[in-house]
Order: sequence, then structure tokens, then C-alpha cells
Amino acid sequence: MVKALGWLAAASVAAGMVMAFGVAPREVTQGNVQRIMYVHVPLILASYLAFVVLALASLVYLVRRDEAADRVAHASGEVGVIFVGLGIATGSIWGKPTWGTWWTWDARLTSVAILFVMYLGYLLLRGTIEDHERAARYCAVLGIVAALDIPLVHLSVYWWRTLHQPPSLMKPGGFTGSASILWPLLVNLIAFVLLYAYFVARRVRLLRAEAEAVA
Amino acid sequence: MSYARRALAVAWKDIAVERRSKETLNALVFFSLLLLFVFQFTLGGDRERLAAVLPGVLWLGFVLSALLALGRTFLVEREHDCWEGLLLAPGDKSAIYLGKLAGNLALMLVVEALVLGLFAVFFDIDLGRALPGLVVVVLLGTLGLAAVGTLFAAMTANVRARELLFPVLLLPVQVPVLLATVKATEALLLGEPLAAVGHWVKLLVAADVVYLAVSLLTFDVVLEG
Amino acid sequence: MSLEPVVRVTDVRKVFGLVPVLDGVSLEVRGGEAVALLGANGAGKTTLLKILATLLRPTRGTASIAGHDVARAPEAVRPLIGVVAHGAWVYDDLTARENLRFWATLGGLEAGADDLSAALAGVGLERAADARVRTFSAGMKRRLSLARVMLARPRVLLLDEPFAGLDQRAKKWLEGRLEALKSTGAALLLVTHSFGRELGVADRLAVLAGGRIALDTARGALGPDDVQRLYAAHAEDAAYPQGEHG
Repeated sequence: MVKALGWLAAASVAAGMVMAFGVAPREVTQGNVQRIMYVHVPLILASYLAFVVLALASLVYLVRRDEAADRVAHASGEVGVIFVGLGIATGSIWGKPTWGTWWTWDARLTSVAILFVMYLGYLLLRGTIEDHERAARYCAVLGIVAALDIPLVHLSVYWWRTLHQPPSLMKPGGFTGSASILWPLLVNLIAFVLLYAYFVARRVRLLRAEAEAVA
Repeated sequence: MSYARRALAVAWKDIAVERRSKETLNALVFFSLLLLFVFQFTLGGDRERLAAVLPGVLWLGFVLSALLALGRTFLVEREHDCWEGLLLAPGDKSAIYLGKLAGNLALMLVVEALVLGLFAVFFDIDLGRALPGLVVVVLLGTLGLAAVGTLFAAMTANVRARELLFPVLLLPVQVPVLLATVKATEALLLGEPLAAVGHWVKLLVAADVVYLAVSLLTFDVVLEG
Repeated sequence: MSLEPVVRVTDVRKVFGLVPVLDGVSLEVRGGEAVALLGANGAGKTTLLKILATLLRPTRGTASIAGHDVARAPEAVRPLIGVVAHGAWVYDDLTARENLRFWATLGGLEAGADDLSAALAGVGLERAADARVRTFSAGMKRRLSLARVMLARPRVLLLDEPFAGLDQRAKKWLEGRLEALKSTGAALLLVTHSFGRELGVADRLAVLAGGRIALDTARGALGPDDVQRLYAAHAEDAAYPQGEHG
């Protein structure tokens, strides 16, 4: 079943790429570099999904002490951090020609950067604890704290950037309306979610094999 | 009420040990003085620039001190295997968390009061009108830092690379507290009333509630072994 | 003196990373009985003790104390056990009395000032009761540890090298206290790597080698040479010099 998922993911990514670089119209003001949005946005959204899954799996683990839940959280963290990292990178690649700068501290980027560091902390915690059961427990606690914290982070960062301060830079986006932009975006979004699911499934399998080899 | 007695015992123990050894307190005081000098050398010349960055600098000082204090809070338990003793203590372990939190809060507030006083003197700041509001903000902010800090300190106490891991875990999570406190302090020092930063205060209260609730509920899990 | 084993270890396996430290350990200790667990350094004795103390979970197998599974019901086990480990669970900057009071309160014990004084007197620390533990010798810290444990009146005592670092007089004294504890019906499990004085209090000897109990017999049946041979039979243990006598 995982193999089928893999093929489906590959197919949809291929379709997504075709749509992004072939079918979608060339953006008027930004030029072809805008096409990277079709990769950037799905990456970021998929990383949000990964985080939600991590948080939920952590909760399940704490309540039921189910090793499978811990493996899902672990895998989701690994795939999530890669997606966020690539998301930030693609965003910067878009930002340089568009805004003239690789980075800016506007609300959205700041929030995503914080999310990235939280992911890194999660994986770092896992990496430094040798006892598997303790690592699972501690990471589950961290996952839940981080998940509950994210809304507070978003709110505080948003207020920080918008209150008493005019919005100083263009926000990425402008996907209001135009169907010719929406469809490639949706296809890519589905593609990246499938890709995420596939990677997590493979990783969970590997983790389970490791656990069984030891026991 | 055995729960309250146990929490008090832990708080008393931490305060007694700290009062007698003064290890952490000395480190914090010295560190704060050092920060004061560094800030003076790097920012002190230009009064306008100093006034603009002061809230951030003040809270940077508080946060760095918090990292120092909180990062060490379970170190005393590592000697002579006392950590094992805590693990094996029967009953609800969140009592231990509350005791530790109380001890940490006491220590941090003492140091923050000192730092604030030193800043006021050395950077010639008139705290007068802003003080009541500042006290509220500092209390709420410190509670937020200490609430999660105590939990994460327990998680990293026995881990390799503790000194690196603890700030890496704590700081991103504390962003709401950092933003809220700095922004509120900024406004207060400019003479605005506390009501003007009511939204930040509410955020701090919400954050404190969330952090305390999560920590109380999950501390048992961390101290399972 | 009960006939039912209070401590029951059944086929316990413990793996760290990929290394099996315990590989099928089975052991029983009855109330009023003392078992000395012998083994070379690194043989897994402390690991087994920690599993019984609910500080570690076994990878496979079960261990129980008074019928409660240590992995599934640690909360039920903890009030029943007393642990005397390498570290004495002392805070250097507190006095002996304050240390005792702290652990008594944390353990939920109703111990008044008289109980604390009596416990300290019982281990010969009445004169040092209000001195900071920082000034104590290893033997005194061990005694304070024992006072802490005795205050709680546990059913099972888990001791990790309790005689290590003590002089002859202290060892004799400890032997006496442990005998007294045995007579209250407590089950004792002593971990040691040397074949010395401590075995005087043991009723049975169990030798841990190669991740398993290689031998489990009455104390009188085994001599130091037998133990040496058992250690040598397991290659990795032979690297560590043995032959210390208490």
C-alpha cells in the first residue's frame, strides 16, 4: 500500500510540476520566478500539516503509550523539518528578485522561522536522548507544548508586526480569484501532501523495523 | 494536604540550598553586572539610541539570567543521585514542579529587581510612573519564562549537551512572552498607561495559564524515569 | 518470614541500543531473606536493580514486587521499596536532619521531630544531626541514607554496593542493621562485585554473568574460587581484575 502511495505521490508531483511550469500563466509583474510559489506554498502548508500530525501523535502517545504513535510523530518531525527548510529556501529564492532581499522579518516569515527552530529542537532532543522510551516521552511533551504555543506565537508576531506599524512589505500571495493560478496550486498542494504522507509512511516502516530488530 | 506539604518542602529545600551555597545567585548577580557594563560600552554613549533599545536590552538581560538560573535548577539534584530520589517519590509529581517553580520565581524576581534597579541608576532612567505597570509585566513575563523553563530544565537535566539544548528548546517557545514583555515595557517606559498595552498583558496572562496548565499536567510524565 | 517471594524477576531482558545487558534473568527473593547479587563490573547488576527500583523498564520479561509489575504499576511499587544507591540522596548544603525531613515529607511519611531524631540515633548520627552533610564522610552519608530508608519501613530493600568505601567498623555496624531489617520481614537484594564481608548477611548468592543468573545457591555452597571461575568463563568479564576482599 505504501508503494501505491509512493507512485501516486510521484505522479501528482509530476502533474504539479507540469502545471506550475507549463500550464500556469506567466505572472505579469514578477515574471517566471513567481512559479516557485507553486512549490513554496504547498511546502509550507504541508509542513503545517506535519506539525499538526506531530502534535496529535504526541498526544496519542502520552495517553496510550503506543509506540506506533511515537514513530509517526518522529517521522512527521523529520519530514516536516525538511519541508519547512525547503519552504524557507524557496521563499528566499522568490524573495530576492521580488523584494530585493533574501529575508524580511514580517509576520509570516518570522512565524515560519520559529516553527523551523522548534522542529530542529524536537529532532535535537530526540537525537541526544539515548533511552528510546524516555526520548519518546520527552518529545511527546515537547510536541504538545510547542503545538499549544504556536497560536500564541502567531498572534504575538502578528501584533508585533502590524500594530502601530504600517505593513511595510508586499505579502507573498495574491491568489484571490484567478482560476488559472488556483488549479496548479491545488494540484501541487495535493501532490506535496501525498509526498509528505509517503515519506512519513516509509520512515515509520523503517523505525518499526529498527525497533523490532532490537527487541 | 500532602501535595501542598511536598511542594513546600521542595521550595524550601531549593531556597535553603541556594541561600547557603549562593552558587546560582552569585553567578546571576555577577552576570547581570557584566551585562550592564557591556550594554554601557556598546550603547551608553548615545542617550536617544539607548532609550530606544532599552526595553529590549533590559529583557535580554532578564532572559539571559533566566536561562542561567533555570538551566541550573535541577543541577543540584544530579549530585548524589538525588534525581533518583525525586523519580521514586510517590504521589503526584506536579507538587515537585510547583515547589521548583516557586523557588525559581523567587530567585529570578530577586535578580530582576536588582537588574532593574541597577539599570535605573546607571542609565539614569526615571522609573517612577511606569513602575506599577512594569511590576505587573515583569511578574507575568517571569512566570511565563519560569513555567516552561522549569519543565524543560527537568527534561534536559540528564541529557548530553544540556547547556545547548535547553536554550534551543526554550527560546522559540517563549517568543510570545518575549514580544509581549518588550513591547509592553517599551510603551510603559514611554509614559503610556498599562491599559494602553492591555492586549499584550492579556496575551501574557493567556500564555501563563497555558504554560502552567501544560507543565502541571505533563511534569509527571517527565519525571517517570 | 513469608514463603511467597516478594521480589520476582522472570526472564528479564534489557537492551541498551543494540547491546543486551540482561539476557533472560530470573530471580526470586522472599520476605526476611537477603540475596547477594554478584557480578563483574558491567555485568548488569545495577541495571537489574534499577529495573526493580522502577527506574528502568525491561525490554522483555517481567519483574514484580509484592505482586505489582514494576513496568505497569510503578506507582504501586515505589512506596514499598527502599533504595540505597551509590549516591546517598543527600543535599550537601542541608543538615542531616533537614535531609531526612525533606525525604520523609516527599515520601508522604508522617514523621515528626521525634521520629527523625530516633532515626538519626538509630544510625549513630545523633551528634552530627545538625551539621551540614558536606562535612560528612562517605560512611556517614551511607548511614544517613540508611536512616532515610529505615524511616519508610520498606518491604523490599535494594542496595547497590552498600559496603563500598566503609571501614571495618562501619561494615560490621551495617551488617548488624541489615540483619535487623531482615528480621522485620523485609526482603533484601544486595548488589556487589566483590566477594567480601557483605556476603555475611546474605542467605543466598546469585551470580550474574553473560546477562543471566549463572548460579543461584545458598551462601555456604560457594567459595571465592568458584566465583572467579564463573567470572572467567565469560570472556568480557575476564578483562576486569577481581579478588577484592572486604
